[in-house]
Amino acid sequence: MGKLSTTLWLILLMLPQHLLANSRFNMREGVTDISNNVYQLHMTIFIICCVIGVIVFAAMFWALLRHRKSKGAIPAQFHESTKVEILWTAIPFVILIAMAVPATKTLIAMEDASKADLTIKITGSQWKWHYEYMGEDVAFYSILSTPQEQITNQADKTSTYLLEVDKPLVLPINKKVRFLMTSDDVIHSWWVPDFAVKKDANPGFINETWTKINEEGIYRGQCAELCGKDHGFMPVVVEAKSEQDFADWLADAKQAKQKAAAADAALLDQTLPKEELMTLGEQVYMASCAACHQPTGMGLPGVFPALKGNPVVLGDIKDHIDVVLHGRPGTAMQAFAKQLSIKQLAAVITYKRNAWGNDTGDVIQPSQIQAELDATSEAK
Amino acid sequence: MSSVTQQHDNTAAHHDDGHHHPAKGFKRWLYTTNHKDIGSLYLIFSLTMFLIGGAMAMVIRAELFQPGLQLVDPHFFNQMTTVHGLIMVFGAVMPAFTGLANWMVPLMIGAPDMALPRMNNWSFWILPFAFLILLASLFMPGGGPAFGWTFYAPLSTTYSNDNTALFVFAVHIMGISSIMGAINVIVTIVNMRAPGMTWMKLPLFVWTWLITAFLLIAVMPVLAGAVTMVLTDKYFATSFFDAAGGGDPVMFQHIFWFFGHPEVYIMILPAFGIISTIVPTFSRKKLFGYASMVYATSSIALLSFIVWAHHMFTTGMPVAAELFFMYATMLISVPTGVKVFNWVATMWRGSISFEVPMLFSIAFIVLFTLGGFSGLMLAITPADFQYHDTYFVVAHFHYVLVTGAVFSIMAGAYYWLPKWTGNMFNITLAKWHFWLSLVSVNVLFFPMHFVGLAGMPRRIPDYALQFADFNAIISLGGFAFGLSQLLFVVVVFKCARGGDKVPAKVWDGAEGLEWEVDSPAPYHTFETPPEIK
Repeated sequence: MGKLSTTLWLILLMLPQHLLANSRFNMREGVTDISNNVYQLHMTIFIICCVIGVIVFAAMFWALLRHRKSKGAIPAQFHESTKVEILWTAIPFVILIAMAVPATKTLIAMEDASKADLTIKITGSQWKWHYEYMGEDVAFYSILSTPQEQITNQADKTSTYLLEVDKPLVLPINKKVRFLMTSDDVIHSWWVPDFAVKKDANPGFINETWTKINEEGIYRGQCAELCGKDHGFMPVVVEAKSEQDFADWLADAKQAKQKAAAADAALLDQTLPKEELMTLGEQVYMASCAACHQPTGMGLPGVFPALKGNPVVLGDIKDHIDVVLHGRPGTAMQAFAKQLSIKQLAAVITYKRNAWGNDTGDVIQPSQIQAELDATSEAK
Repeated sequence: MSSVTQQHDNTAAHHDDGHHHPAKGFKRWLYTTNHKDIGSLYLIFSLTMFLIGGAMAMVIRAELFQPGLQLVDPHFFNQMTTVHGLIMVFGAVMPAFTGLANWMVPLMIGAPDMALPRMNNWSFWILPFAFLILLASLFMPGGGPAFGWTFYAPLSTTYSNDNTALFVFAVHIMGISSIMGAINVIVTIVNMRAPGMTWMKLPLFVWTWLITAFLLIAVMPVLAGAVTMVLTDKYFATSFFDAAGGGDPVMFQHIFWFFGHPEVYIMILPAFGIISTIVPTFSRKKLFGYASMVYATSSIALLSFIVWAHHMFTTGMPVAAELFFMYATMLISVPTGVKVFNWVATMWRGSISFEVPMLFSIAFIVLFTLGGFSGLMLAITPADFQYHDTYFVVAHFHYVLVTGAVFSIMAGAYYWLPKWTGNMFNITLAKWHFWLSLVSVNVLFFPMHFVGLAGMPRRIPDYALQFADFNAIISLGGFAFGLSQLLFVVVVFKCARGGDKVPAKVWDGAEGLEWEVDSPAPYHTFETPPEIK
């Protein structure tokens, strides 16, 4: 009997531990000191709530079982007791104070972003993240890389479905990384559960938060604030590398940027064939434009305009380039000048002017895009 | 002269006649100033909206049954979550409580009718038009509102579709209706209590509604302000919420939640009143602490004005503000606890029986408390950074609003339905409705805690694979819960048509003036005020 009850107790104790540590059921402990603190705080409050719940409901179900009319219970006459009422006001109050103390400590630590080793500026826009390594001349967009066929159930979904991007944010471990958050359009919220970091990216304002990652690995999260149609399709992926690997990666990234600039410069003297531009243009369109204007070019009536037969697309080339480069302020149309290379821009504009029966026959070269860019920077 | 008198007498006679017997047909309902008719209209309207909003929830759950996009596109999905929220808050829960107030407040305080009967008629009859406008926008190019029921700027301003003006207009009408309803409740309770009905003799349902009505008057104008600023930002080039013009999108959230948090209590305080009425009836014992219930309700109402920013912990507030709102929010659990302890103490050593209203009330106490616990967890700011905008929040507010507010409305409906119709409802069917609802509602909402903690954001039409199993279960629970509510419609319909006749005092343990009038309650009651001992 003794043995049996001990075993039962052990099972009872182990079971929740096993269940609770499973991140399919519970909050993650994460990979930072802060995320660990938050997890502990969460578990503490959870257990306190469970204990209170068990006591209160035990009393209630006891009454429901024992004090039933069908069992011949005669109602007692007692009511109003100042003593009891003071007690059940005071005890919860004390429990609350016990909860508030560790919560306050953790919160104050979470909000102290001072003395950071590295600063990343994170800019949300519909529906992608932009990461800028402040002072390092490295910046890039990070876009969902799950193929459309998986989302529309025409291909099997992979294990990182909707939680994968073309270029993850790369961070060093054991360094205090400060994040500055802002947005180009609506409010987004940058969230990585493993860091216990969730902060809104507000347009026109800058928010601040930080993390210090303890372990190398790939950490995935999502935008947490409703930001329009594709809110569910802007994941966050962070790759945490050792300090050395991070330094190597950063050096590579800078080099790649210079190479890209050189390639752009070389393009200015070239005339690219229409087929090449159309092929590349379709790829760029699907990645950057189709979310709003739709793969069919038909847009969403009343929300996003159609490009098929659109007067801007069929009209003057300069005006068309201008809209794509600088967007339309006060609408959801973004400025793509800093998002795409001149080759990509030339390709996508060529594509739009010839796809879906638009058939203008126009071919736009990278040099034309560069000329427009130069013209606007001079105008400023 | 004599002819004038003659005419006057005729009119008076005719008038009198019309008062004693309700007119026939559609005009009876369109022109009615009778609190019972208007109460019924509110309740029927609310049930209709509950089914429409529920149908939208079914669309949401069908899309989320499996990962991938199957049925609707993300833009329509966002319209469904938005309009589901708006309809359930403003179309289902609030009108249901107003309907109960219309029916029961005059009966409970011994008044012949509401104080302002014509305004009462108007406050109901503008509501269907508000929802007609809102629902019609779904069928227009661009669709209905798709920015969440919280309509955060600038998603609802610069980035919304052209039908936003319709949303704004609809919300304005709903707000006007609520304010008129609230004024009516306050004026009735303050002025029309029967002689001897002192403040501390008021039934708790009346007390909680009085406090709710003050909350409504305080915050509905704030909502009106918020939607108006959205309107002018979108159409008239103001920039209240646009940094480029000196505004601030976070200010929108402060204004919205200054309305939104008291709004949450608007939807739960009358529920407390109903539960505090039903539990003593079927425990056959006085409510343990009447006075402390009144004080607890008042403190919750007062605290509700200083906790709004707990919805906004991730917006980047200064740490001092985060601490203040965390402490203030935690404090609310004290008076809420007092209420739960009171109900348990009322049942303790009572003589309990399990009629359908009592079943719903017991389920309310347990499941609402569960929602209270997750609310306390959400109050802890550092942990909220992880919970915020996930399914954990969705689980929390559905426990409070569905197993809380909606269950209390069901409890109240079953409790007073025999009084309204004179017939006992079909008890077997009603018990089926209860048990099916109880099981399915937990299959529906309980696993949401898990997916939320595991990291699933809310308001997404598609999700990562690790959330798939739970979402399938949640959807099945959702369909079962939705279908179970059709049983309620059947029970109500059958009860209105006929059934076993009930006496004036339907429940043996019930107390209050409403049980002293006949069942069904006559068209006019308490034309001479009753004596209160």
